[in-house]
Amino acid sequence: MRNNKPVILRGCAVCVAAILGTVTAFILYSGIEALTQSSRLALFGSVWSPASGKFGILAMIQASILLALSALTLGWVLSLGLCCLMNGLAPKFIAKIIMLVINMMAAIPTVVYGFAAVFLLVPVIRDALGGTGFCWLTAGMLLALQGVPAMTIIMNGAMSQISRESKLTSQSLGFTNVQHLTHVVMPLSGKAMISAAIIGLGRAVGDALLPTMLAGNAIRFAHSPVDSMRTLTAHISLVLSSDIGGGEHLSLLLAGALLLTFCAIVSLAARHLIRGKNS
Amino acid sequence: MKAREIFLSIISWLSLAIILLGVSSLVVFLFMRGAGSLNANLFFGNTPAFDAIFALKPVWSGIWPAVAGSLLLLLVTMIIAIIPGISCGVYLACFASVREKNYISTCVDVLAGIPSIVMGLFGLELIIVLRKTFLPQGNTCLLLAAFCLAILVLPTLIVSVRSSIEALPSRLTLTANALGMSHSQCVKNVLIPIAMPGILGGVILSMGRAMEDTAVIMLTGAVANAGLPAGLGAKFEALPFRIYYTAAQYTSQEELARGFGTALLLLLCSWALILLARIFQAHLTRKWEGVKS
Repeated sequence: MRNNKPVILRGCAVCVAAILGTVTAFILYSGIEALTQSSRLALFGSVWSPASGKFGILAMIQASILLALSALTLGWVLSLGLCCLMNGLAPKFIAKIIMLVINMMAAIPTVVYGFAAVFLLVPVIRDALGGTGFCWLTAGMLLALQGVPAMTIIMNGAMSQISRESKLTSQSLGFTNVQHLTHVVMPLSGKAMISAAIIGLGRAVGDALLPTMLAGNAIRFAHSPVDSMRTLTAHISLVLSSDIGGGEHLSLLLAGALLLTFCAIVSLAARHLIRGKNS
Repeated sequence: MKAREIFLSIISWLSLAIILLGVSSLVVFLFMRGAGSLNANLFFGNTPAFDAIFALKPVWSGIWPAVAGSLLLLLVTMIIAIIPGISCGVYLACFASVREKNYISTCVDVLAGIPSIVMGLFGLELIIVLRKTFLPQGNTCLLLAAFCLAILVLPTLIVSVRSSIEALPSRLTLTANALGMSHSQCVKNVLIPIAMPGILGGVILSMGRAMEDTAVIMLTGAVANAGLPAGLGAKFEALPFRIYYTAAQYTSQEELARGFGTALLLLLCSWALILLARIFQAHLTRKWEGVKS
């Protein structure tokens, strides 16, 4: 019965897989090629000075990691808080409101977040902490906010399912709602929390708009939250490739390959974790 | 032990407060600054609406070219993405063997994780390679941007089509088979028509994704001043790029006010699309709950 699979559908499915392969191969190949043909440009170095022919992207790698980790930590805690509220800490109608807010947040375009923050948050930070206001802190706060919906939806999916399955048992054992949450649901949903964090990390590293619009884009190592920084994604979106084959262009390719590798590993890890839970 | 519970509630309520404060202040700020400029003047500037829409006169100070560019981009993107996306979703849900399912859905997951800026870089590199080989006069353009956007939204489309078909109760397939339908007939005549609201929801969801994405188009041909889109092979304007550009390069208060209006417009469109998608998807569940009772 299942032997006569429609050829067209199958072709499309294979085509999608092939597209993924092409994109990956293409980006990785360009990245590796950039790395091999440019040992004199010191692409993995810490110095960025086009005048002397050094195009090191180490500062951007550091910026990407710092920004993503800080945004992830904040966003993850916020999402966990929301999930706890929705699964026992708060009354039903608040849970409904939270879900509505989450769905609305998920639909806000990144560029709109960035635009509003440029004119609302940046002046506040500038007046409160000095500097230009375009800094690690500003970008990190917005990036955390932007990552909340995806992580909350993943965590809440697992937690509400576990909650439903175990509710009756723990009620009959005399647990209160809060005890049910802290002693049954949360210990059991560890994997969902980790996979939410992994997926959130991938999103935070891969986002280009918020760092570009809010982080200031100076190429240097950031030491304090009010320092300006340029992430790998911002680097790609800022450099206009007028000189193809030059140092700047090659640094873009390397940045793209690094991002792709990282995000692919992240997706595979999250997938592995979620599948492990089902089996 | 009691302390732990209190600590957890404090953290939870605090995080709700932080999120509500953050989001509502950003949204309210946007509404306050943008609502005033959300009128016909925002779209067409000083040009009469009729002349602007039919491209009789150029629009200098309105966002109509960006709106038109975004709409055309969306149309081309969906034309490219819709057939492979839906077919792949249907195939995964109905026909794929376990191994194929595993392999293809891994690919879809990885594809979903690729940052959009990397997809933009892919488009840029693609056109550079094409220029070196058999398309020497090629340049970044609307078709290229639509192609990259289509790849970007494919995973969203595939996953939602697949899950809306898999959510259907298995007794449908059983009944259809018992009535003597082959599996393909069952998929074609029973499963797909019933899952249609969910599939449409997925299409709309991916439209929202394509409309808001900025990172791809800024590397593949969006520019600030192109006028109405001149064709598939030309540079174009788009709403998200217009917003991004205004934030960095605005020169007058007027332009800034238009920026706020544009951002608000994009936000409202985005919300409208997601609402529509949810309505379709809820319709799918309700239909089946209704039959059950």
